[in-house]
Amino acid sequence: MADKRMTEADVVAELRSGMTIGIGGWGSRRKPMSLVRAILRSDLRDLTIVGYGGPDVGLLLAAGKVRRLVYGFVSLDSIALEPHFRAARQAGAVDVTEYDEGMLQLALYAAACRLPFLPTRVGLGSDVMRINPDLRTVASPYGGEELLAVPALHLDAALVHLNRADMHGNAQFLGPDPYFDDLFCQAAAAAYVSCERIVPTPELTAAAPVQTLRIQRWMVRGVVEAPHGAHFTSCDPDYGRDEDFQREYAKAAAEPELWTAFQERYLAGDEPAYQAAVAARTTAVPA
Amino acid sequence: MTAVMAPTRAEVCVVACAEAWRGDGEILASPIGLVPTIAARLARATFAPDLLLSDGEAMLVQGTWALGAPPPVIEGWIPYRAVFDLLYGGRRHVMMGPSQIDRYGNANISAIGDFARPTVQLLGVRGAPGNTVHHPTSYWVPRHSRRSFVAAVDMVSGVGYDRAAAAGPEVTRFHEVRRVVSNLGVFDFDTPDHRMRLISTHPGVSVEEVRAATAFEIDAPDEVPTTRLPTDAELRLIREVIDPRQARAREVPG
Repeated sequence: MADKRMTEADVVAELRSGMTIGIGGWGSRRKPMSLVRAILRSDLRDLTIVGYGGPDVGLLLAAGKVRRLVYGFVSLDSIALEPHFRAARQAGAVDVTEYDEGMLQLALYAAACRLPFLPTRVGLGSDVMRINPDLRTVASPYGGEELLAVPALHLDAALVHLNRADMHGNAQFLGPDPYFDDLFCQAAAAAYVSCERIVPTPELTAAAPVQTLRIQRWMVRGVVEAPHGAHFTSCDPDYGRDEDFQREYAKAAAEPELWTAFQERYLAGDEPAYQAAVAARTTAVPA
Repeated sequence: MTAVMAPTRAEVCVVACAEAWRGDGEILASPIGLVPTIAARLARATFAPDLLLSDGEAMLVQGTWALGAPPPVIEGWIPYRAVFDLLYGGRRHVMMGPSQIDRYGNANISAIGDFARPTVQLLGVRGAPGNTVHHPTSYWVPRHSRRSFVAAVDMVSGVGYDRAAAAGPEVTRFHEVRRVVSNLGVFDFDTPDHRMRLISTHPGVSVEEVRAATAFEIDAPDEVPTTRLPTDAELRLIREVIDPRQARAREVPG
């Protein structure tokens, strides 16, 4: 059985400019942030980024990596509005495909099922139809209704962060929600899973019920061990969202000068340097 | 028994929002935002005991609990994908908080201004298009003004009655905008062409005040009743059980 262990740099080396990349998680929850940070350090550009967006989207926009964004929302959850996303949109700096959250799921599911589209009511009557003029409707062959045909959204790559995985790509969520990580993996030509800890396969079911093994090795091309890899988003139950750091991020993201300082402090080095800077921050701040 | 302090405007709004779920039975109540969250818990604790509520993450929970506190009893698992499945089946009534709403109940949570380059980017349409064509939707607007009650919304996220009718039977089939509650009054769409109608003003608010704060002509009966006041039992639940730290007063002053 294949050993699929990789580093963040190995994953980025397999990506190309212009690719369509889906990112799992939801808002500011269980995002593969160490992989996103590796993309920030790369020369990748003109990416189409797909997801239920959070700071992953914000950081990639701020670094000028994104040509098109496909999303149902972009939010930091406890902070409703993502400052980099706002700035990019208000400057007209990024092409967008704004979908309803359910449409995005159907688009990924259609790709996973190798179907050209899936029918739904979702989107009909709303301005999602106006701002996405390529959307088409389809008459029910059984009569009566004309539904939206959500086109399949094929991903060149998917990036997701899970709590545990084995070296073969079987991966496990231990928090309250799998989000749509399995769907992102199944809609992608190549899926990469980062995780808090790579463990021997028997440990996966020794610690939690088998239903938590949402990601199976046939979906996965590479596995990256990335402790605190979702920071500063949540990765329950390993850790919650770093709300204090997120506030610092959001504040900096709203002010160009503060953002330069933030980048220098946290994003100028590699992943160990980032984690060290975060650790230094929490020990340096008096209680 | 000690006398109960008179209700605040926020508490009147909580009860008005709770009333939106009256009679809904065994469906998922999905409140977005602070006042609707207090309201949904209040509704279930009193006149709508069969409602399902989530903890805001992925658990269905029983009991009545305080904002920010852990809920007492988990009764089910409802990750986002299960919410989507449930809402397509219609067993849900959401209350969302639009930045703009118009006379037919079209609602905008996505972006203000031209979509191609908005003056103010908000969240995106989120689930509003799907919610509004699958199950009842209500709205809570904490700051009623001509900027929120507008002649036309910039980006139709939640579908209103005129847009639903124009789109066709597949959209009208399960479409219902049930109620709008603002800090000034309560509104529904129970008019011949589903234009918004004022059904009550909160205590101390005049019909003229509502009209002045609304950028479209609003239907109103000759005699507009006053929004019902919270009962003493409701006030105790709001003040002592659900929102003891009075977060509601920050959203609705006075």
